[in-house]
Amino acid sequence: MIDTDVLIVGAGPTGLFCAHQLGIIGLKCEIVDNLDKLGGQCIELYPDKPIYDIPAIPECTGEELTNNLIEQIKPFKTNFHLSDRVEEVKKEKNKWLVKTNKGKEFKVSSIIIAGGVGSFEPRKFPLKECEKFEEKSVLYSIKDKNIFYNKTVSIFGGGDSALDWAIELSAISKVQLIHRRDEFRGAQASVNKVKELNKEGKIELLTKYHLSSINGDKKIESINIKHDDGGSKNIETDYLLGFFGLIMQLGPITNWKLNLDKKHISVNTENFETNQKGIFAIGDICTYTGKLKLILSGFHEAALAARGCFKYAKPDEKLRFEFTTTSKSVHSRLGIKKDD
Amino acid sequence: MAKIKYIEHNGKEHEIDVANGFSVMEGAVQKDIPGIDADCGGGMACATCHVYVKEDWFNKLPEKAEGEDDMLDQAYQPSPSSRLSCQITVSDKLNGLVVHLPEKQV
Repeated sequence: MIDTDVLIVGAGPTGLFCAHQLGIIGLKCEIVDNLDKLGGQCIELYPDKPIYDIPAIPECTGEELTNNLIEQIKPFKTNFHLSDRVEEVKKEKNKWLVKTNKGKEFKVSSIIIAGGVGSFEPRKFPLKECEKFEEKSVLYSIKDKNIFYNKTVSIFGGGDSALDWAIELSAISKVQLIHRRDEFRGAQASVNKVKELNKEGKIELLTKYHLSSINGDKKIESINIKHDDGGSKNIETDYLLGFFGLIMQLGPITNWKLNLDKKHISVNTENFETNQKGIFAIGDICTYTGKLKLILSGFHEAALAARGCFKYAKPDEKLRFEFTTTSKSVHSRLGIKKDD
Repeated sequence: MAKIKYIEHNGKEHEIDVANGFSVMEGAVQKDIPGIDADCGGGMACATCHVYVKEDWFNKLPEKAEGEDDMLDQAYQPSPSSRLSCQITVSDKLNGLVVHLPEKQV
């Protein structure tokens, strides 16, 4: 059981900056994120795309923004729990008990949900029959590529994951790359490589096809794929790999008895607290009159929510307003030593 | 202004007036038509305002935006008649447009 002041759910820009704001006022926090890296949508959806509306930063990419935020919170030595997802919350006296997917437990006085539009999960094949083969022969990520040795693998998708795995697995497996259109959205170098391997007969390319059915009971024997022009094809395969990008799901948060407005969590604009005392929501996931889904709005919400946590973490103390330019206690929290 | 008909996957029809300059997605969201989620709010950063447009109308629409097909790769059950409704700007020319909504968006 990890006992701390605040648990932040989500390590996107808003969650990371919130750790900073908590650190500045002397509160400790831990961060959980479903992704395997920090940065949330910034790193998952647009690491290389420039952002032009971060105050005082004329232009930066999602990756640069994330790296700068990580640098900015370094003094606070925040613990991150990546590739993990919050599952349950329970109120016990004045504390919230939180359990994650991987079985970690936290005891905190506040929770700040900075979960974007929810947790990222792979988009699955629309076909119902895929479910019974899932995690056996229908996969959305690869842990051990050796299972594909000398097998036939059908890879679906047109992005970098699909292309990269098609290239990689073509060395050890029979690879069929199936995509819904002729163009691929992955890196041009990978597209060229796939086309080259296709010419050499090492990757079979089937474009304008989608999966229509699976044949096999205990294990997959073959699949039927359908062409845009209506024609069908039956191909033998051992594995199906789907790389259709990520979808965002609110997930277990929907069971936390929070007031929701469609897929967003309703909050007040004083400190971005939800209807549950001690649970706050900031960034893209929260909603209120006038809400803007901008990173800069998330930063503002983070600053206020962090201060909203103070009374729960230190009920006997009064929060003093301090500037980072002048406050000695803030400097000591930041680990700044003055030369004079 | 254009009259636009949104047909849900279950067949339920919604015909509404959408002002010029708005997107087909915005028209649906303003009238709370179920079946269009529009998670990213129109930034072409998700694929949750996905619609199908039958051939008669598909070819009359403004062309797909750059990157629209890349996002559509990540939609639920995309087909050659798929569009992102946030990328279709309403004008008088679209009067009578019919869009079909997928079974689900995520």
